[in-house]
Amino acid sequence: MDFEWSPVAEDIRQGIRKLCAQFSDEYWEEKDRNSEFPWEFYDAVVAGGWLGVTVPTEFGGGGLGILEASVIEQEIAASGAGMNGCSAVHIGIFGFDPILKHGSDDLKERFLPSFLDGSLHISFAVTEPDAGTDTSRISTFARKTEGGYLVSGKKVWISKALESQRMLLLVRTAPRDEVARPTDGMTVLFAPIDRDRIDIRPIAKLGRHAVDSNELFIDDLFVSDSDVVGAPGDGFKVILTGLNAERVIVANAALGIGRAAIARAVRYASERVVFNRPIGQNQAVQHPIAEAQTRLDAAELMCLKAAWLFDRGQPCGKEANMAKYLAAEAGFFAADMAVQTHGGYGYAREYHVERYFREARLLRIAPISQEMVLNYIGSRVMGLPRSY
Amino acid sequence: MKIVVCVKQIPDPADPGSLDPDTKTLKRDVKLIIDESDSYGVEMALQLVDAAGGGSVHLVSMVPNREVSGLRTALAMGADSATLISDEALAGSDALTTAKVLARAIERAEPDLVLAATESTDGYTGVVPAQVAELLGLPSVTFAKEVAVSGGTATVRRQTEAGYDLVECPLPALVSVTAGVVEPRYPSFRGIMAAKKKPVDQLGIADLGLEPGQVGWAGGGQEIVDVAAAPARESGEIVTDEGDAHERVVAFLDELKVL
Repeated sequence: MDFEWSPVAEDIRQGIRKLCAQFSDEYWEEKDRNSEFPWEFYDAVVAGGWLGVTVPTEFGGGGLGILEASVIEQEIAASGAGMNGCSAVHIGIFGFDPILKHGSDDLKERFLPSFLDGSLHISFAVTEPDAGTDTSRISTFARKTEGGYLVSGKKVWISKALESQRMLLLVRTAPRDEVARPTDGMTVLFAPIDRDRIDIRPIAKLGRHAVDSNELFIDDLFVSDSDVVGAPGDGFKVILTGLNAERVIVANAALGIGRAAIARAVRYASERVVFNRPIGQNQAVQHPIAEAQTRLDAAELMCLKAAWLFDRGQPCGKEANMAKYLAAEAGFFAADMAVQTHGGYGYAREYHVERYFREARLLRIAPISQEMVLNYIGSRVMGLPRSY
Repeated sequence: MKIVVCVKQIPDPADPGSLDPDTKTLKRDVKLIIDESDSYGVEMALQLVDAAGGGSVHLVSMVPNREVSGLRTALAMGADSATLISDEALAGSDALTTAKVLARAIERAEPDLVLAATESTDGYTGVVPAQVAELLGLPSVTFAKEVAVSGGTATVRRQTEAGYDLVECPLPALVSVTAGVVEPRYPSFRGIMAAKKKPVDQLGIADLGLEPGQVGWAGGGQEIVDVAAAPARESGEIVTDEGDAHERVVAFLDELKVL
């Protein structure tokens, strides 16, 4: 048992913290208010060489693990950037995995350079209006044609589609009732986001306004055979790649938002004087702050264990899911506490905790709901009868 | 062009720890980081090497406890190599002793230019750069706001109370730079990864031809007799506006001779 951070992880923490410190809470509040993509931040991340941290060194990446990626994600969120900062870059930092693991050499050669230099933006397009977590029921269909596929269908909650040139698109290439298992007959395409063939409609939403979430209406989009990721029909396997890593990384975003919220709460509770004493001297104010810190630190231990297992190639489904669950709860508790600590001012944009609150709420439903995490733990980990 | 930058590693000013009641000095058994004052020298050195079209930046640092994390930060910024003088015997070294140790390490690197901060954030003696220059027989230019190197000459704008002195001196020379002279870059990811492979030469005092009796508490010529808290800042004057506040503010500023 060793709780010592490696020097590289420490240096990465300091490096990304310094980068993020250039972007104030006011910067993020403005981007959020105006629903503007944070290009200045994105460009700074690219210029610092932070994209491709987890891409193996033989492909020109950093060759580091999910542990280091977690440090980066948590620091970005904790800087006050929250989910606006994390979502703007984390596909860039962690999202090329399916292609690295399953894609052809040709795909890697064509897209890795522009992925690593930040000019290629990628979206994940899996969820559909009529098939949420029940992925096998997707209906977007890719019909075989000369040299490729013609894709038609609908996708929803596709982040960053307005900025992206490509998406990892999950489609059916065989109908669900014609394959042996429901998860057979699906294929992942590295599809061009061709605006002549795809209507992108941003979804008005509660928070994380700087990064768009969209509905996609796809009509006869041509995708070349050379843009298929993995074998046709194996799409479900491809999409499962990196799911545990994503859980751990998103959990760290929740922890980061929690840390930002706690920092604001501590400051306000120490400075705000009512009845001749700082409000933080009152236990009714102090205890929730202390409780939030305790919950957050406990959740982080599970995140670290999950990352540790993942980086050693050991099974980590249980830990990754528990980490996501615990961190999402702890982050939300902290953000809610910070609003409460600020009283009426907590509701004002000026104090930023309302933005953290809106974003922390997101992580209890995305990328997977807390309930589905509990389903997984109940049935897959504990052997209880499966409910779905 | 070869530039040596003196880099001090200090307790994090955000979490500075405490004074040792026996020695009345700052406890240094905590994690140390690069003194921010020195990051300006590192940045300046990197820019000068760039402007010269080539060269190298070598760091020299002295600590009692083998700490390298501050050096790693400077290496990640782009410095090429480092010498760390680390020896338990160094604990308690005063400014002049520090200058003697640094001077010996700097000498080995045979630099064209030595850069240092004007003063450290944890010690504030502000005398080490000039002492190092004297020990090495180098010209010493202090309080530099701008530094340019051309041929064998350094041209320095040094800050004074009245404005600037424009100073020229032959190289090699030692220049101490003020905070804010340049905007220090933050380490990039590639810089951090590259720093892992950069050489850090770890030396003890014996490697520099020094004896334990010449350094640390034993070698110092000073004793810290007492340490007292700085007096609390007096509260400012509150100007209540009775229609003439602007005149009183102007009069106040006039008195300070800042207008």
